[in-house]
Amino acid sequence: MKKYAYFPGCSLEKMAHSYHMSALETTRALGIELKELEDWNCCGATAYFHVDELLAFTLCARNLAMAEKEKLDLVAPCSGCYKNMFFTREHLKHDADLAEHINEALAEDNLHYAGTSSVRHLIEVFAHDVGFDAIKAKVTKPLKGLRVAPYYGCQILRPRKAKEDVEQPRFFEDLISAIGAEPVDYLLRLSCCSGALIITNRRAALSMVRNLLECAVRSKAAIIATACPLCQVNLECYQKQVNREFGTDLNVPVVYFTQLVGLALGIPPKRLGIGSELVAVMPAIREVLEAEPAVANT
Amino acid sequence: MNATAETSVTATTAPPEDRIPFVEEIKNLLYASKGNPISTCIQCGTCSATCPVASGGFMDNSPRRIIAMIRSGFKEQVLKSNTFWYCASCYQCTVRCPRGIDIAELMYGLKRFTVWRTEHQEGLIGPTFSETFVKMIMRTGRSYEPVLATTYLFTYGLPEMILEAQTATSLMLKGRLPLLPARIKRLENFKRMIRHIIPIGDKE
Ligand code: SF4
Ligand code: SF4
Ligand code: SF4
Ligand code: SF4
Repeated sequence: MKKYAYFPGCSLEKMAHSYHMSALETTRALGIELKELEDWNCCGATAYFHVDELLAFTLCARNLAMAEKEKLDLVAPCSGCYKNMFFTREHLKHDADLAEHINEALAEDNLHYAGTSSVRHLIEVFAHDVGFDAIKAKVTKPLKGLRVAPYYGCQILRPRKAKEDVEQPRFFEDLISAIGAEPVDYLLRLSCCSGALIITNRRAALSMVRNLLECAVRSKAAIIATACPLCQVNLECYQKQVNREFGTDLNVPVVYFTQLVGLALGIPPKRLGIGSELVAVMPAIREVLEAEPAVANT
Repeated sequence: MNATAETSVTATTAPPEDRIPFVEEIKNLLYASKGNPISTCIQCGTCSATCPVASGGFMDNSPRRIIAMIRSGFKEQVLKSNTFWYCASCYQCTVRCPRGIDIAELMYGLKRFTVWRTEHQEGLIGPTFSETFVKMIMRTGRSYEPVLATTYLFTYGLPEMILEAQTATSLMLKGRLPLLPARIKRLENFKRMIRHIIPIGDKE
């Protein structure tokens, strides 16, 4: 059984609790152990990098060091956390002075980071470490006919250097196909959802959210799948405000990829946190879930 | 408890500016950037065209223009610009720049520069938000969404506040907002660790 140090991040404790629940349920079903990192601290989001970079690196390095102590790789379900810790690791690897300075600070908490533990995004663990075939083999309830718009967002891809991976990723689409659903192609799948601008520049943020949602809906997506709590909140919880601001009529459910995978693995919706959303998910998936379990697993 | 304890970065971290040219000051900000120097920019405008915020017309100066302004030493105008505070850090520009300039990191650098010098444009929420966020993590090791919401509410005014409260209430009803902020366990070590990096002065 593959084991990882799990870094839930602050938003998964409440705001994105359904991501937390569904991550644990699905990984268990797929034979992966997520061991929550003991005493983790906030990675600093983007705000920290606005104020002090060194401190931001230190915060991330503390989490990395604790994972390393357990000889495990760190898994982050939040794209922001993932990016921050990934960048921190890269910088420490290439800058010995920086690493030394930060390790002196870490010593205050009896920690040290040598750079052996790496950082993975939860969706990478599904797509690469578990693999599409292994997932497919465990599907008992293929989500046949469900049109899903995979929303990558921005941070998840940026750390990677290879151009194709950054500009033409396919892993989210492949994951959706693996659970029997239908991935929808749409232009803005890699565009930013506005991130923290939802707080700092509401007007710009709402217009970005609107563009994204309309683009997905125009491609006849019944549901949008995300891999980041901030993406999810921006796209889902602000739909009402978008409608009010622009006179639109958007009402599209936005779920975590783990919730869809969970449904396909036959896990009851409740245990995946379905029901806590502001735009109801059930109407979009009921038909698929109630379909006769035709010839599964072929 | 001394609520007004000075937790922001002290002025001593700011360089003795004015003597160094602005372009050089900016270069020094880009600690983490592995991109090429902005002197290699060919002003092609790819960054501005791919930027979802600039192309929506929300930035007073586009990323391309900011780079031109920095190179020409328009320091005051650059610092007063909203460009970097409205940058969503999506790295789209960085990925696409034909000269390999890390524009997104430049935006981060400019944010830090204005936070240190407290010279940002009036009425921006970004700086307050970032500082509140940082102070909170310094105190607890965790972030706490309702506190962030409050900062937001106070800065934005009534109509926006009502909308925000509606969203917050619906989230609360769904059990998606925490009632108490979380704290990490080894908080004392954590604070010492932070003080190692930044001399914060007296803590509350
Ligand atoms: S980025 Fe967000 S979710 Fe991740 S640790 Fe920081 S505040 Fe928490
Ligand atoms: S799309 Fe938005 S929330 Fe998602 S990673 Fe990018 S900025 Fe963050
Ligand atoms: S894309 Fe790069 S080269 Fe082109 S204007 Fe922007 S920074 Fe300059
Ligand atoms: S990183 Fe900032 S400047 Fe660059 S494209 Fe994204 S929002 Fe625009």
